[in-house]
Amino acid sequence: MNPKRKKRLYIVLFIVFGVAVAVGLTLFALNQNINLFYSPTQIATGEAPTDTRIRAGGMVVDGSVKRAADSLDVMFEITDYEKTVSVHYSGILPDLFREGQGIVAQGELDSQGVFQAVEVLAKHDENYMPAEVAEALEKAGKMPMPSGQEFNK
Amino acid sequence: MIPELGQYALILSLCMSVLLGFVPLIGAARNNALWCGFARPLAVALFGFVLFSFLCLAWAFYSNDFSVAYVASNSNSALPWYFRLSAVWGGHEGSLLLWLLILAGWTVAVAIKSDNLPDDMRARVLAVMGLIATGFILFVLFTSSPFERYLPQMPQEGADLNPLLQDFGLIVHPPMLYMGYVGFSVAFAFAIAALLSGRLDAAWARWSRPWTNIAWAFLTLGIALGSWWAYYELGWGGWWFWDPVENASLMPWLVGTALVHSLAVTEKRGVFKSWTVLLAIFAFSLSLLGTFLVRSGVLTSVHAFASDPDRGFFILALLAIAIGGSLLLYAFKASHVKSESSFGFVSRETLLLVNNVLLTVSCATVLLGTLYPLLIDALGLGKLSVGPPYFNALFVPLGLLLMISLGVGTLVRWKQTSGALMLQQLWLPGVLALVAGALSVVSLPEFPGVWVSVGLVLAWWIVFTGLRDLFNRVRAKSSPFGAVFKQSRAYYGMMFAHAGVAVLVVGVALVSTFSEHSDLRMEPGDRKAFNDYEFVFERMDKVDGPNFHSDTGVIQVLYKGKPYTTMYPEKRLYTARNNVMTEAAIDPGLFRDLYVALGESLDGDAWAIRVQYKPFVRWIWLGGLLMTLGGILAATDPRYRKQARRDMAAQSA
Repeated sequence: MNPKRKKRLYIVLFIVFGVAVAVGLTLFALNQNINLFYSPTQIATGEAPTDTRIRAGGMVVDGSVKRAADSLDVMFEITDYEKTVSVHYSGILPDLFREGQGIVAQGELDSQGVFQAVEVLAKHDENYMPAEVAEALEKAGKMPMPSGQEFNK
Repeated sequence: MIPELGQYALILSLCMSVLLGFVPLIGAARNNALWCGFARPLAVALFGFVLFSFLCLAWAFYSNDFSVAYVASNSNSALPWYFRLSAVWGGHEGSLLLWLLILAGWTVAVAIKSDNLPDDMRARVLAVMGLIATGFILFVLFTSSPFERYLPQMPQEGADLNPLLQDFGLIVHPPMLYMGYVGFSVAFAFAIAALLSGRLDAAWARWSRPWTNIAWAFLTLGIALGSWWAYYELGWGGWWFWDPVENASLMPWLVGTALVHSLAVTEKRGVFKSWTVLLAIFAFSLSLLGTFLVRSGVLTSVHAFASDPDRGFFILALLAIAIGGSLLLYAFKASHVKSESSFGFVSRETLLLVNNVLLTVSCATVLLGTLYPLLIDALGLGKLSVGPPYFNALFVPLGLLLMISLGVGTLVRWKQTSGALMLQQLWLPGVLALVAGALSVVSLPEFPGVWVSVGLVLAWWIVFTGLRDLFNRVRAKSSPFGAVFKQSRAYYGMMFAHAGVAVLVVGVALVSTFSEHSDLRMEPGDRKAFNDYEFVFERMDKVDGPNFHSDTGVIQVLYKGKPYTTMYPEKRLYTARNNVMTEAAIDPGLFRDLYVALGESLDGDAWAIRVQYKPFVRWIWLGGLLMTLGGILAATDPRYRKQARRDMAAQSA
């Protein structure tokens, strides 16, 4: 092999090696960090796994938000108007968290069927409904507004 | 009347851009100097019409013309004038018009600043810019015209600008970011022009470099501003969320950074040419992809405006034409490109290749993490999201490798260095970095973990290798100290940008490790201590602003038991749409920020309050500013102008 080819071979080997390591690491990391979305119905019927990081979303049930008297613990219920799931969260809720509003929560489902949220997301727009929630409601045939498109405007 | 003029000007600008896209291109292909000569006046005309159109929209905002639908849905007469003007780009349609204005601005800048370019090259570059403008003007005219009217029943009052956007951040972040995004269109146009003409040489790289550097500097600044804005305005003290839209701006930045370095190699050594062209194509394609992701509504995030399938489809088609067309051209032409020289295994070329590989791999991982959820959704396999741990797990090791190679690359020579010489250069900075890094780690309140320690050592590594390089350059001079100030501007640019990396890494490492925060339920009189600071919640006040009512918390801060400052976090209710907004109170400092944000009112006098202590958070944006400064210094090096004149003479001879 002449030196030029040899050098090229090194470069190619280096790149192949680098790409292989990168792809391996990437897929591993991706696998560890995917959070699947589940609707309240899916959670209530036991489709969602427990003790795994997932996302859950729905409309906050009117009158369901209960604050603890001496801490920032809060319990509320989310619904797709078919089934309802209790959510527990400790901390400050986002500005747009309101009863009757669509939210997405990130966290784990415990063995009692209560969703232990570590993060609650509500978008910075009063008409916003998270896309996942809109789809879940549509599936359940319970979209509260004329159509999802309208709602997201 | 004025909005109609704006619309009309936009249509005229379409005519200009179509002419600009074709006439000079044909002229260049046929060696017709007259047709080539149309490029500059057409570029000026394009800019003039787009600017006029933009000013018409700005006037509609300024004069509260709520008969214009876009104004009515994004402004309100109670807004102060500067927010009314920045509301021009507060929504989808206007931000696209800003995109266009900036594109036309870059085009006209190239037209003016291209005296040193051969006529056919200039014609081709401007024509490519014209073609890009054509695509986007069509997009604005057909799917998102900002000039549509609500007639005859116009609303009496506008719906107001999203309160999140009523901020200094909106005034500066989008224009800077767009300057960067769209600026890569110049590098792209140069690459396509070079492919078309078959003249991929050092001169091409030299012409392209200052434009690429300046676009990169703007993009860096735009991203840093966005991060800073999110930090103080979203209310939660985060500075980077791995939100898909942030990723959309990070991807062109990563590839753009690779491009800046690869162009340097192409200019100095005449190698990596086809790779450089490919990077230029990718950098702009990723900018377009970013625009697609943000504007089509496939993503839901703070940035996504109303979604409309037509728009998504249109941008996707544009994207396909731009990327597909340029890659096709590349496939046909790039195989003829030959390297002008070779290089050894241990050389600066190799290190810059490593830099490029690492940056593009980083970009690919971000791309995967961003598009994977969309892909799975499109295939109907479920809804999912990819969490920040994924990005952190990949970015930390890649970033550290990049820092190692940065230090080595600064000190090895072009073409070939012997291993012994390299070691002789590197051992001292290495030892110093280890010592300084160890001292830094020891001076921290507690052991920060392996990754952070390595990060600190490598930040010092960048500093010491840079100093060593400077020392090498000046030691042989008659007055070494004076020579420190007599280096080229491009060299200082490099030093600043690399120092920016070190500063950024220190900031990221320390703020991620030593931030303290707690969400508290506080009643008046309650206290909370962090390090040497103590926060005392005194009371809540009611304050009224021009278009909002505010609950303002009064929080006394004590430093080592003595009164230090008072902070006023707010909870604002914007009356136009009944939006609630958190305005955090921040006490900034070079080494730490104090950050207080109000949650919600609890029963009685109690409030939920988030108190944070963020060490070194400013260093993140300081690093960004240093990089920006570096990019601007490098771009304005007089060497380019002088050399370009020489190239021009050589080409015409």
